[in-house]
Amino acid sequence: MSEIFGIPIQAFMGQLMLGLVNGSFYAMLSLGLAVIFGMLNIINFSHGALYMMGAFLAWMGLEYLGIGYWPALLLVPLVVGLFGIVVERSMLQWLYKLDHLYGLLLTFGLALMLEGLFTNIYGVSGQPYTIPEELSGAFNLGFMFLPKYRAWVIVASLGVCFATWFMIEKTRLGANLRAATENPQLTQAFGINVPLLVMLTYGFGAALAGFAGVLAAPVIQVSPLMGSHLIITVFAVVVIGGMGSILGSIITGLGLGVIEGLTRVFYPEASATVVFIIMAIVLMLRPAGLFGKEK
Amino acid sequence: MEVGEYLRVSNLHAFYGESHVLHGMDFTVRRGECISLLGRNGAGRTTTLRAILGLTGRRTGSIMLNGREVINLSPHRIAQLGVGYCPEERGIYASLSCEENLLLPPQVGSGGLSLEAIYDMFPNLKERRRSQGSRLSGGEQQMLAMARILRTGARLLLLDEISEGLAPVIVQKLGEVMRKLKEHDYTIILVEQNFRFAAPLADRMYIVEHGQAVAEIAQHEIREKQHLLQKYLGV
Repeated sequence: MSEIFGIPIQAFMGQLMLGLVNGSFYAMLSLGLAVIFGMLNIINFSHGALYMMGAFLAWMGLEYLGIGYWPALLLVPLVVGLFGIVVERSMLQWLYKLDHLYGLLLTFGLALMLEGLFTNIYGVSGQPYTIPEELSGAFNLGFMFLPKYRAWVIVASLGVCFATWFMIEKTRLGANLRAATENPQLTQAFGINVPLLVMLTYGFGAALAGFAGVLAAPVIQVSPLMGSHLIITVFAVVVIGGMGSILGSIITGLGLGVIEGLTRVFYPEASATVVFIIMAIVLMLRPAGLFGKEK
Repeated sequence: MEVGEYLRVSNLHAFYGESHVLHGMDFTVRRGECISLLGRNGAGRTTTLRAILGLTGRRTGSIMLNGREVINLSPHRIAQLGVGYCPEERGIYASLSCEENLLLPPQVGSGGLSLEAIYDMFPNLKERRRSQGSRLSGGEQQMLAMARILRTGARLLLLDEISEGLAPVIVQKLGEVMRKLKEHDYTIILVEQNFRFAAPLADRMYIVEHGQAVAEIAQHEIREKQHLLQKYLGV
């Protein structure tokens, strides 16, 4: 059997893999957005810029300092997370009591500034980042060639997503986070330092975006606009999955990546819009999203 | 500071945004004492508890807790000094299981009850420990809200309307728990609508009206000051 629904199996599996890779990025980014929204009540429009920053820091580390891929995978999220913490302490913390709109405006402005900064220095054309030696090449699975790096992206992102889910749903720290998300005032009245948790949450969300950026650097061109290309789709994913649902954003992210990939095989013209069509349908049938709770 | 005094609230004013809710509250609680704040709805009793914890808006005046001024501390710092809060709406987290709710408040002092002792006192909670907080009955939620702060080692308990809306059997059970707490020397502020529940438990009662403590009645004066209760509470 070399064809599925009249499509060569090679092409079919290739697009499926690509869909899973894209889905991995959607999942990691929408997970960060969901965690941040739950805790800070802020729609973090700078998420795409943080992701871009992660990719750029990885590239800059290699270019200027000779820091390789593996150390970057650890260091860059730390730096981006720290940047997030500075942003939270210096700006975001004053907005929690105001309407969502203010947080959205501030983070949107921040995204424009970050993109502008990198565009000024590096222009809009992409910078290449070579795949680390250990992960170049492909596995021959018999029916297809699976590039090692793509397999790694899927495994790494699933690992990170699962670890995040586990931390939030199954640990004491996670119970504190859920409590602070649900009723911050009372949680603080029990002696839990909620402002600290909020700060760490934003830092963690930013670090997650930075991590995704490093993972993405070798598969796409590192460019200042890479974040804004992706973030619109990620917001659609968050809306479909339901704002604030952890598991929802992971499953929806992966699922929509795959759907997008398969659409590219069967009806390429719709591949760029299919996510938004699904979003419209979901909003009509379940306004709170597939995994969200009605308030 | 008077000997044995644990909490002294003096000239406490508190605001929610623009609205001025407490107008100079004054009262004291001695170590190991149980006092009750009585009064009509909207008199400022719940706000008094919230103001002690720093959960209102702007506050002025003084709150001395165990010899220390706490009016400028943030809520978690105040709680860490050994204050346990059981809010009127009970504050059970729907997204946490019963046991997660129970284990949520961090240790704030020594001598808190162990989990086993709590399950002995509230066997229902043990049965329901895997249930989501939102699936507990009203009585179970109230038990959980009480149990939660007994685990932490808090010595000052702020209890807001704990008998409200509960079946008589459960109110009775809560009364037993309260007597046990008194035996163990907890310092308690009981905000109550239910005079019959509060009267036998409280060593002293303050009547709150328009954000001030307008009268003080000790346990042995209940009979002779009946007219005050009549006047302010209609009981």
